Formats: sequence, structure tokens, C-alpha cells
Amino acid sequence: MDPTYKIAIENLNVHADKHHILKEVNAGIPKNKITVVLGPSGCGKTTLLKCLNRLTDIYPELKVTGKIFIDNKNILEAGEDIYMLRQQMGLLSQRPYPLPMTIYNNIAFALRLRGVRQKREMHKQVMEYLKQANLYNEVRNRLKEPASRLSIGQQQRLCLARGLAVNPEIILADEPTSALDPISSQYIEEKFVELKNNYTIVLVTHTLRQAKRIADHVIFMYLGEIIEQGSVEQVFEDPKEEKTKQYLRGVFN
Amino acid sequence: MKLRQKIEEKFFLGLMIFATWFILIILAVIIYSVFEKGLKAMSWEIVSQIPKGGYYYGKGGGILNAITGSLLLASGATLVAFVIGLPVALYMNVFLVRRQRLVNLIRFLLDLVWGIPSIVYGAFGFTIMILIGLQTSLLAGIITVSLFILPIMIRSMDEILRTVPVGLMEAAYSLGANKSETAFKIFTRQTISGIITAILLSFGRAIGDAASVLFTAGYTDNLPNSLLEPVATLPLAIFFQLSSPVPEVQSRAYASALVLTLIILLASLFSRGVGKRYHKTKINF
Repeated sequence: MDPTYKIAIENLNVHADKHHILKEVNAGIPKNKITVVLGPSGCGKTTLLKCLNRLTDIYPELKVTGKIFIDNKNILEAGEDIYMLRQQMGLLSQRPYPLPMTIYNNIAFALRLRGVRQKREMHKQVMEYLKQANLYNEVRNRLKEPASRLSIGQQQRLCLARGLAVNPEIILADEPTSALDPISSQYIEEKFVELKNNYTIVLVTHTLRQAKRIADHVIFMYLGEIIEQGSVEQVFEDPKEEKTKQYLRGVFN
Repeated sequence: MKLRQKIEEKFFLGLMIFATWFILIILAVIIYSVFEKGLKAMSWEIVSQIPKGGYYYGKGGGILNAITGSLLLASGATLVAFVIGLPVALYMNVFLVRRQRLVNLIRFLLDLVWGIPSIVYGAFGFTIMILIGLQTSLLAGIITVSLFILPIMIRSMDEILRTVPVGLMEAAYSLGANKSETAFKIFTRQTISGIITAILLSFGRAIGDAASVLFTAGYTDNLPNSLLEPVATLPLAIFFQLSSPVPEVQSRAYASALVLTLIILLASLFSRGVGKRYHKTKINF
């Protein structure tokens, strides 16, 4: 495995009943960079992301074969260790899924899973993560309110705070800004750029502009296959494959 | 074509309106007759005393034995069914997500036993009692009734747990929660009002059923002292009083029916209140 990679994917195949969703995927995701997975709808981007922390386990129809190394550990063979391994990866989904509890407890729940027990320490860290997600000023007087009362943009930031609270090394984001207003979207993007110093970020998107703005590394997928991958300059300015050129020109979406 | 559509629309609309009002009016008549006849015979004596000698021939006393018996029996059975049923429903919806065919088989079997008449449960409970040497008692009643309401409890919780979006499950897992943490801490919170409704539904069935307690809980004019003694229940109290030839006793049966109706009404209001309080944290997707 290339030492600059945080995640290495080898011969990954995903089948759903008779459909072959991911075909022989081989990819490397560099450490402390933002890797953007690009491609038209239905090309397998989200499935690829879900393989990385094995959320594919939830779906009865999905069959995953191959190898995914995270720090040289094949997570597809991790067995029950997966619950702990998932803490290495924070997840931001397409639309926010706050937990059915108070704003405070949404983050405290994550901290408790990480082993924080002491009340004082808990309080300190909850505030810390709320500040990190730029949510503190808006919610500091309503920490005991249910998280469901927050706006969608605020909920997504709460989910980011919660994801960071388990102290991950990787952040997986599945079109995290697609349901958000422009200001919240911009904030999330800026936060990602700031976070990449300490985290490896994998971002799924279908917005080319977003990819151009923040990507370091790009993986372009089409119909379940990786067509091209490389640095953002290489993929955007000098694409090697015809399909990539077409996609960048906007021939298909 | 257009005319036909219009006629069809009118016809089915009329049918729906008729059916709705028909049901509502029948319900109203039932409730009216229970209240009208029940209130006449209702007195403080009836709800505060146990039957005195000769109660069923028109002498004094009340049905406190049946009220306490029914409340104890139904609460006990609901508690037992809940303690067994919640883990089953969570197991089906969190642990067995990859085994949909098995889950569907379980659902099918539960729906099947749901339809078994309660008298069969009564007979089944009776054979178990003989097997373990238990006499007609509160305990035997609780066991039988809990078996009888278990499918209702599990399936109604199952239906509400199915509505939890997969994204919430992903969110919990991505934080490192394992299956039991996801089940007991996330799924139960998200569906709390539905779970309370399931409990109430089961309680209603438990307190209203006569056939399953006929052989198992027995009947007595005394207040229950222990789990191993027989208890009276409201449905049986209504039955015995209605079978009396004395008109006063018959009208007391309506008073008992009124008490039973009020208990269910109160339980329903209570559960709505509790449900609403906890509903606030639920995430609306």
C-alpha cells in the first residue's frame, strides 16, 4: 500500500441481486486531503462510500467482495471490530439525521460511545464540538431542546459536530450540501478545507463546481466503474479518458 | 367517458360517506346505551365495595373485586407482554435486517396467531396450568392473557419500528454504536409514541377479554391477596350480572360496562398525554 494513502481499495465488487453495482474498483485515497468522488447519478458513488465504513451491512441485497484497507487493516474482514472501526470515520449524509434526543445529547451520545463518562469533561467537550461546527452561538441557550427543532442547515452542522465528536481520522460525506441553503453549504465547504489538515476527507458530489473548489484528489466514476482518478489538476485540466472529457463538458449528467 | 367518471366519483364518494357515518352512528349508539343504562345504576357503592352475600339476587355491594382484579390482571399481562415483546420487535427490525425472509415469516406467523380466538388461549393456558400444577389464579390469568396479547404487542411495535428510516440507523452505526445500542437507545426513542400506543392497544385487549380468563383467572367475590389466588374480572362480572334474572342486577352490569369503558378511555387519554410529551424529540423525516 502506498504510504501516502489512508485508504486503499482493491478489487472491490458490489452486487445487488443481479445488478453489478461496483465493478472491480481499485482506488487509493490520500491522507489528509479532500478526495472528491464524482459521477452522474446512479454510478455507485454512494455505494462506494458506504463500503468504506461497511454501512453496506445494513442492506440485505448487497454483496461486497474485495479488500478495503484502512491503515493496512482490511475492514471487510474486521468482523465485530467494525463497530469500533466505524468510529474512525465520521459520516455526513445527504440530508441530516439527528438522533431523536436533545441537541446536547446528540453530541453527548457520540462522546459516550467514545468512552467519555465524567460529567464535567462531557460538558466541556460538547461545547467544544458545537463551537467547531460553528453552531454554539445559535444553540447555546437551547441545548435541552430536541434536535428536531433545528433548521436543516443547523441539523447538518449538528451532525458534523457529532461526527467529529467520536474523534475520527476520516470524514465520509455523501453530498452533504445538496439539501442545504447556500450559506450553510458554503460553511460546510470552508470547514472541510480547514479540517483536511487533521482529517482525510472523502466527499461524494455531483456538483462539478464544488469539486473544483475544494478537491485535492478526484475519482471519476461512471456506471459502477472508476474511469479516472488523480490529482484535481490532472483530472480537470488534462483528463485522459474520453468519458471524463465528456462529463466535464457536461455532455451527460 | 367524462360523465361516467363523474357518476363513479359521486357513487364512491357517497359510499364512503355512508360507511363512515354508519360506523360512527353505531359507535355512538353503543356508547350512549352503555352510559344511559350504566349511569342509572351507577353509585359510589358499586365502585367502592365488594359483592355482599346475595349480590347477584339484588342485595347490596359492588364490583370492586372485579375492578381491582381486571386492573391487576391487565397491567400484569401488559407488562409481561411488553418485556418480552419489545426485544422481539427490536430484534426483527435491527438485528435481522439482512434476513428479510425470516422476518417476513415471523410477521406472517404472528399475524396468524393474532387471529386465534381468545377462548383457545384460555384452553391452552388451562393445559399449561395442569402441567405445572397451577390453580385458577391471578398468575395463571396473567400468563394466559400475556400470551394472548403478545402477537398484538409485537406486531404493533414492529409496524412502528419499520418506519424508522435507514438513514437514522446509518447515523447511529457511523458513530460506532452497536446493534443493541442502536435498538434500545435510538429506535425506541424515535418510536416512543408508537410504542406507547402498542402498549395501550394490548392493555385494551387484555382488560376487555372474558374468554381467556374464564378458566385461568377464575372468579371470586373477594379482593385479590396474592398472585396465587383467583381474581374477578370486569368482563366476567358483566357476564354474571347480565345472566341474573333480577333486573337491578342486570342494570348493574351496565354500570360495570361503563366502568370498563371509562378505564379504557382514561388509559387512552393518559397514553396520548405521555406520547405527546415524548413525541417532541422524535425526528420528522
